[in-house]
Amino acid sequence: MTYSHLTGLLDTDAIRKDFPVLSRVLHDGKPLVYLDNAATSQKPRQVLEALNAYYEQHNSNVHRGVHVLAEEATALYEGARDKVAAFINAPSRNEVIFTKNASESLNLVANMLGWADEPYRVDADSEIVITEMEHHSNIVPWQLLAQRTGAKLKWFGLTDEGRLDLSNIDELITEKTKIVSVTLVSNLLGTVNPVETIVRKAQSVGALVAIDASQAAPHAALDVQALEADFVAFTGHKMLAPTGIGVLWGRQELLEDLPPFLGGGEMIETVTMGSSTYAPAPHKFEAGTPPIAQAIGLGAAIDYLSAIGMDKVAAHEHAITAYAIERLAEVPDLRIIGPRTAVDRGAAISFTLGDIHPHDVGQVLDEQGIAVRVGHHCARPVCLRYGIPATTRASFYLYSTPGEVDALIDGLHHVRNFFA
Amino acid sequence: MKLDSMYQEIILDHYRNPHGKGLRDGDAEVHHVNPTCGDEITLRVKLDGAVVEDVSYESQGCSISQASASVLNDLVVGKTVGEAQQVQEAFLELMQSKGQSEGDEEILEDAVAFAGVSKYPARVKCALLGWMAWKDATAKALAGHPEITTD
Repeated sequence: MTYSHLTGLLDTDAIRKDFPVLSRVLHDGKPLVYLDNAATSQKPRQVLEALNAYYEQHNSNVHRGVHVLAEEATALYEGARDKVAAFINAPSRNEVIFTKNASESLNLVANMLGWADEPYRVDADSEIVITEMEHHSNIVPWQLLAQRTGAKLKWFGLTDEGRLDLSNIDELITEKTKIVSVTLVSNLLGTVNPVETIVRKAQSVGALVAIDASQAAPHAALDVQALEADFVAFTGHKMLAPTGIGVLWGRQELLEDLPPFLGGGEMIETVTMGSSTYAPAPHKFEAGTPPIAQAIGLGAAIDYLSAIGMDKVAAHEHAITAYAIERLAEVPDLRIIGPRTAVDRGAAISFTLGDIHPHDVGQVLDEQGIAVRVGHHCARPVCLRYGIPATTRASFYLYSTPGEVDALIDGLHHVRNFFA
Repeated sequence: MKLDSMYQEIILDHYRNPHGKGLRDGDAEVHHVNPTCGDEITLRVKLDGAVVEDVSYESQGCSISQASASVLNDLVVGKTVGEAQQVQEAFLELMQSKGQSEGDEEILEDAVAFAGVSKYPARVKCALLGWMAWKDATAKALAGHPEITTD
């Protein structure tokens, strides 16, 4: 099959050579077709080599040490912070806080606001606004905050097409709203949200805005200044980096005003037995020995993505997603849950296949070497909204090929025959 | 093909035509969920003295969980609670065998078809969903009838 009608594709033959795991062969000779990128991405050699080089040549705890290894490790770790700051167009490197993952980043914001002084403090008179399409990591921290403070939790609903329903934005975001936390791209529906409308409304009532960019940062240029939000959270492992490293970007004046959450080593200025004062951000929010190697790995992943160019990554994924949507329409009884066009859409496509349970779909695809995710994708309210127990989700990345889309389609026909 | 060891024809038959499905009168009801995939079952146990008179259920989930609930119904209804508990324990042991056991067909009958499922760690919970619900519901039913002994 030729794919000459698809424009903007990357040279995946060259890219795939950088990802050792993509050449794996499974189950009696089936090449791995890895379509679970919204869960986690694969890692290129360049990232693995950065991890090895750190552990083999420079391993030391960061900050304060005066020996060579400590200085090198600190330079590498803080250098990774510079790379993240440039990647997201942060005004200052001091606005980049390293966390464990996006969940920790969002929990950090919720806890900052729960313990904050006025005007940021979330209390019994406050309202928190989220959306029905959030990952559980952007629901549960706010439920906890609401339960602990007495604040009211409100949310945007969804349209039948899988978009945010903004029709009641004036009732949802009010003078009582302290924080609006919304995903830029849905991990289940693939929807890209019009966050600028929400940001503008929040600004008009003086509410803060947090953006979950976990499904956005890996796939397109992310500019925190253009977003005009107050916090942006994302995770490294979905963008070619190791697990165990996430980012919270926050506006500097907020990070100066808001209280720390975790206490411990590195986040202090002075400590007596009676009380402590705190280091300036970002260190105020990085208690304990950080994930040093993982941060360095994230820096290497950013180098890799930047060398290709995020606009080119986005164009490639857009072409693959449009092709996948077109071909999925050929499969009888297949229903896409989420937008059925590639407009304002990320590279994760969820679907149901007649009444065949996603677990069974995923199992039979696996037998053909095709890795997809099945279940509620940590966004159970979305499944409830559309009256389904679970979905099968295929998600693409910069190394995904049209041939892999074809393999998925063939696989789905096989699934239907198997359970017919 | 390896997949056939999981999806035995007998399992697919139970999946397509589940036995005893639907909620009927019971002495105790439980609702169990598999949080990883969203599979759910509401299950009721009806006892007649020490005998399992009925196991009725409403459920949604994959073929493995649906077929397993159907086989459960076949195997425990009509047995004494003590006998049924032995079957449940044998099934649990089979599912925890990581593919190393074929199961005792004398005790497990159709349920030995699930031996292949035990090789797939992600699917063991699916197979056990109905059985764990039955165990839980039976304990509740017995708690309401202290006069029943299961020895």
